[in-house]
Amino acid sequence: MTYDTNRIEAIIDAHRHRPGATLPILHDIQEAVGYVPEESIPIIADALNLSRAEIYGAVTYYSDFRMQPAGRHIVQVCRGEACQAKGGCDLEEHAKRSLGVDFHETTRDREITLEPVFCLGNCACSPSMRVGDEIFGRVDEVTFDEVIRDLKSNRGAN
Amino acid sequence: MATRVFVPADTTAASVGADRVAAAIAAEAERRGENIELVRNGSRGMFWLEPLVEVQSDIGRLAYGPVTKADVAGLFDAGFLKGGAHPLGLGLTGEIPYFKNQQRLTFARVGLIDPLSITEYEANGGLAGLRKAVAVAPVQIVDDVKASGLRGRGGAAFPTGLKWQTVLNTPADQKYIVCNADEGDSGTFADRMLMEGDPYSLIEGMVIAGLGVGATQGHIYLRSEYPRCWKVLNEAIERAREFGMLGDNILDSGKAFELEVRLGAGSYVCGEETALLESLEGKRGEVRAKPPVPAISGLFGKPTVVNNVITLASVPIILGCGPAFYHDYGMGRSRGTLTLQLAGNIKYPGMIERAFGLTLKELLYDYGGGSASGRPLRAVQAGGPLGAYIPVEDFDMPLDYEAFMERGAMIGHGGVVAFDDTVDMLKMARFAMEFCAEESCGKCTPCRIGAVRGVEVIDRIKAGTEPEKNLQLLESLCDTMQYGSLCAMGGMTPYPVVSALKHFPEDFGLKENHNPEN
Ligand SMILES: Cc1cc2nc3c(=O)[nH]c(=O)nc-3n(C[C@H](O)[C@H](O)[C@H](O)COP(=O)(O)O)c2cc1C
Ligand code: SF4
Ligand code: FES
Repeated sequence: MTYDTNRIEAIIDAHRHRPGATLPILHDIQEAVGYVPEESIPIIADALNLSRAEIYGAVTYYSDFRMQPAGRHIVQVCRGEACQAKGGCDLEEHAKRSLGVDFHETTRDREITLEPVFCLGNCACSPSMRVGDEIFGRVDEVTFDEVIRDLKSNRGAN
Repeated sequence: MATRVFVPADTTAASVGADRVAAAIAAEAERRGENIELVRNGSRGMFWLEPLVEVQSDIGRLAYGPVTKADVAGLFDAGFLKGGAHPLGLGLTGEIPYFKNQQRLTFARVGLIDPLSITEYEANGGLAGLRKAVAVAPVQIVDDVKASGLRGRGGAAFPTGLKWQTVLNTPADQKYIVCNADEGDSGTFADRMLMEGDPYSLIEGMVIAGLGVGATQGHIYLRSEYPRCWKVLNEAIERAREFGMLGDNILDSGKAFELEVRLGAGSYVCGEETALLESLEGKRGEVRAKPPVPAISGLFGKPTVVNNVITLASVPIILGCGPAFYHDYGMGRSRGTLTLQLAGNIKYPGMIERAFGLTLKELLYDYGGGSASGRPLRAVQAGGPLGAYIPVEDFDMPLDYEAFMERGAMIGHGGVVAFDDTVDMLKMARFAMEFCAEESCGKCTPCRIGAVRGVEVIDRIKAGTEPEKNLQLLESLCDTMQYGSLCAMGGMTPYPVVSALKHFPEDFGLKENHNPEN
């Protein structure tokens, strides 16, 4: 196990008093650990007085949550119509081809996980992509490659 | 005195380099010993000009754009801090026709002020509505909203005052105000711009709603795709609390309202109000059967106002300037202004706030300047991924809820996505089905299974396999989805599909005009 169970307990404690605390807890755990570990589900369920099935149901329902570690960076390419109208489909294809993965897959070097996203609210400068909290607009193949190269070279940062 | 320089911190401005430009301007000013005050404002909504840099001058704000990091030294050389001429110079921001020819009520401050400064907020008309609201009876607030004619801007266009009246009339020990900031529709970004550029107007609107219906707790359900909004909103809420716009003694009135932001988790259906409430309660975002409506039994079973960001942010003006002022804008039963978002293959994409009644043609050509590619426009999709595709022949339609409905289209949240003549409408119809299959909450069969079948059937039409039979199948499938689904996800996915088929039959391998209704 590469994560700290105390950390998970602390996150749960910070939220457990809030009504409907499941999503805030899951978000924070994923932020801290990178995914929602199987082992955290009974702990959350106990703390919130819910069944494991309810927590498990929520984790699997929402596309933001993952139960397996992802690559070091998650790259989301927008598939929304406003991006499609400006060459978004070509960008999608380029992303898959150049990274050698399909959506929801991670490159062999574990650097990049490619995910689709349906609109980043960046439609006025489409096509768009997101890495971490950064959103990129007017993305073409050249900018895509630059972003990926920067991510890969910047090994220390996150 | 320091010269004020404005560089938007808006997501889209930043997505094309505004943060780098801001940093370069700060560094260059430092290097040259120029005294500037760098303000990170919201966007003016003219996105082809982003990053748009503005300088405060004696005659008003002067605009330069689109500015790249590499342009910064040259701007200083040209004396842009004193309004010096430069090839990127655009003159006074307020005189740019795209901006000048708008009627900005809800967006009056977006791009104008420092989004987090309550002082600037107040100096530009903020808090006037709340001051009035704390002084009057709740029913007066609800009556004002009713009289304004405001209808929900999230998509369904339900009269806001009526919804509030129901919550006001339903006795309960706890009521809630929930702001729907899920903005899932592709092609829309007005909620985001407003929350990033003028967050206090949303906060003020929510507090007024709370005072109007007797709710003391508010939640903003924000989609997780908006990381900048998350930061701005949390900071704004904290400052609003310190200021006394939130808390247990709002503007010294003795009245209370608390507010928090919650993040969604990547589900489109969670924009549907009952799924949103399930999600806020910590559950899977599955749609609830109605009745009961949320106004009677909403969050944790309590009476709840669920309103879109723009709806709520329009309330302070209605209270502050009076309902008649707001009602004077618009046409027919569509009152006030509409915040249009123009995106896709369009030369001048942006946010345009105008009274209802502008035609699509005016929007697309007078504002939008036609396609970005220079090719003819072929279709637009209005109202998000569940909205109909509208062909050029129908561009004379006025932007009015009823006029759209008459032609089987909808305005929804005000997004208009343009496509040029290279668009493959079969592919867009397939995407609509694929999107529904991906995002269905799974509660009802017509949507869950129908959408998956829809993709398969369209694939067979594309492959030329028994096209007549499969087209019939597609139509009956759409019929089942439209009339048999529990919510608009399954119920309206047929709109883009059927409209594509009806207006662009040639893309489906059909020669004549194919009208499924006949
Ligand atoms: C599938 C689906 C998605 C929706 N997404 C949103 C959304 O992202 N934002 C929104 O304000 N309303 C959305 N709505 C509409 C809401 O259900 C609801 O009508 C709205 O929040 C009410 O607020 P309003 O009256 O201020 O528009 C959606 C509806 C459906 C069926
Ligand atoms: S129509 Fe689709 S999204 Fe709506 S309730 Fe049914 S399955 Fe869920
Ligand atoms: S459709 Fe891609 S950012 Fe909105």
